[in-house]
Amino acid sequence: MPINSVVCIKQVPDTSQVRIDPETGSLVRQGIPSVANPYDLYALETALSIRDRHGGFITALSMGPPQAEEVLRKTLGYGADRAVLLSDRAFAGADTLATTYALAAAVEKIAAGSLVANIGSGKGVDIVFCGKQSIDGDTGQVGPGLARRLSFSQLTYVCSLLEVDLKAMRVKAWRQREDGRELLQAQMPVAVTVTEQCSSIRYASLPGLIAAAKKPVEVWSAADLNVERGRLGLKGSPTRVSKIFAPPARQRGEALSGPGKSAGEMAASLFDRLADRGLKIGRRGG
Amino acid sequence: MNSGKNKPAPAGAAESAPARFDVIVVGGGPAGLAATFTLARAGVSVACLERGSWSGSKNMMGGVIYSHPTSRVFPQFWREAPLERHVTRRDMWFATTDSAIKASFESADFGVEPYNSFTVYRARFDKWLAAQATAAGAWMITETLVEDLLREDGRVAGIRSGRPQGDLEADVVIIAEGVNSFLTERAGLASCPPQAANVALAVKEVLALPKEKIEDRFDLEPGAGAAIEIIGEITGGLPGTGFIYTNRDTISIGVGVLLNSLVDNVTEAYTILDKFKQQPQLRRLIQGASPREYSAHLIPEGGYRCMPQLYGDGVLVAGDAAGMVNPINSEGANLALLSGQMAAETVLACRQQGRFDRAALALYQRRLERSVVIQDLKKYENATPFLASHPQLFGLYPELMAALAREFLTVDNLSKANKEKLLLKLFRSQVPARRLLKDLYDAWRSLT
Repeated sequence: MPINSVVCIKQVPDTSQVRIDPETGSLVRQGIPSVANPYDLYALETALSIRDRHGGFITALSMGPPQAEEVLRKTLGYGADRAVLLSDRAFAGADTLATTYALAAAVEKIAAGSLVANIGSGKGVDIVFCGKQSIDGDTGQVGPGLARRLSFSQLTYVCSLLEVDLKAMRVKAWRQREDGRELLQAQMPVAVTVTEQCSSIRYASLPGLIAAAKKPVEVWSAADLNVERGRLGLKGSPTRVSKIFAPPARQRGEALSGPGKSAGEMAASLFDRLADRGLKIGRRGG
Repeated sequence: MNSGKNKPAPAGAAESAPARFDVIVVGGGPAGLAATFTLARAGVSVACLERGSWSGSKNMMGGVIYSHPTSRVFPQFWREAPLERHVTRRDMWFATTDSAIKASFESADFGVEPYNSFTVYRARFDKWLAAQATAAGAWMITETLVEDLLREDGRVAGIRSGRPQGDLEADVVIIAEGVNSFLTERAGLASCPPQAANVALAVKEVLALPKEKIEDRFDLEPGAGAAIEIIGEITGGLPGTGFIYTNRDTISIGVGVLLNSLVDNVTEAYTILDKFKQQPQLRRLIQGASPREYSAHLIPEGGYRCMPQLYGDGVLVAGDAAGMVNPINSEGANLALLSGQMAAETVLACRQQGRFDRAALALYQRRLERSVVIQDLKKYENATPFLASHPQLFGLYPELMAALAREFLTVDNLSKANKEKLLLKLFRSQVPARRLLKDLYDAWRSLT
């Protein structure tokens, strides 16, 4: 039984070319090319590899200005079956609350459409994939927010999606933690956010690119979704940025080097320095 | 572009992807896109393969494109295309390290439609050309490097890209891959080995300056632009020229020098550019402008002598890949556009007979020979060797002109009659009459 998945793709400024305005602390985005959020491409690859194994249908979903169509077109080249762009002034200025509101409404519309067209498992959308966070906002809230709004179970920081059991409608995955990994299992439908430990995006095949070159990217406005306008965009966003600052550059650590000195002498000089800074060091047997 | 707006069902909405094309164009620059656009508009199935992430992404040219040839391919392009300024003034400077003789031509009719030329950022302009080709029905495939040609019974039958399942077949392949023309070599069409004597290295900086300041400093009407070419000590006496182009709110400034002269003199092009920017008359123009970009690119300047065989069985070559650059008038993009269009028209004519062998495609050569493309290249076929072997044109002569002008304009206690004698003496001491005659004769032979 094939799986119907949605992969959320965010258009972000290519951070390798972004500068920070030293006065305002904000990103200088002017003239910076846009790329797909790299974590979202790990999410797309995860979805593609599951489709390779089980079959299914992948919709790439993005919200952003009309130019985000280019990023979505790339996802078609990689093998997404369909691309949907939410683009409307009403969506602009959204924080994660308003973003997940609009995206969830789009996922519901996609689910309803797939039920009618009998795409995927026949149960609507089975898995929503997101990157663990975006590289411009860095909140990591959209994946979990979507899960909550859609009443999906959620698996965050997935570093390896092991298995999709279609009979039991369960997925099993390794989740990355600060101190290690944990093996989790969740009931579908599920929202999965992936880390960079998942496989990186494949090199699209030439036939794939040719097929994608003329596939339409569907553009949906607020009117196409079942939403209340007041909950969209800036209006629907309680978050206000009150201050932005660039973190101070980290001080370089001190490196001791002593050409020709023995390890013991170096250790002694290290102890002296630490002692100078007021650190008390007990010497065993001293 | 938003053709898919609000369309409900995705399945079947897309045009089915063809497994082969009538024509494959390699390279999405002006030559490739002119060919692609012309073919697509005629209803031919054509794919254009570009190695950059979009057309223009690999391009550094911030220079001049000309109205007439461009509008032959893209009529009235100036109404929509992203252009910087229409050029109303062309200057030529003979400059030394501290002085300059400036010749300037300005014309009001360059300031009205259809204009004569425009400054452009090709990074934006090529993107627009690609959008026209897509709208005409072409398949634009980006981020795809064509590595080789497919052959069948000795004829070119398609391309091999570096992508998985990367082979693609076509009746004809148009090679428009630019200056590093590996495929042309692979196809066995190249005539000159790649040589430093046949390419110029251009380095360029883009400097930001508010548009009012640009118009003030360059004495321009709002929206109008200037193109300045500079010859002299400024290139360190090496065969090459400097240039300045005004864009909307930036200035392109750079130098182009024959690559072998850089190698022989153990100089880097950026060192020359740095010195160039210190020239006082020039420095005034760019003062306070902040650097935005720095880039470098090769320009094929081997000219007609190094032009490859332009056609073979199932293959045509256009633009820079075919060495179609006129170094004297700094024209390349327009020759590329015209040759791309002619390549496409040749394919259209050959389709009528259903033949794409050498004999049929030779029509391309005949078309080019009747056009300004080959006529101009032939006219200047000796230009690059002439310039390379006459460095005095870039050092001594401009220096001498400035010295004469300085002496002539300096008022001191020398009588005018004595001044004339002094000027003549100065001139003769630097350039013996025989040498001047020889240089003039060489120039006349090589450039006319």
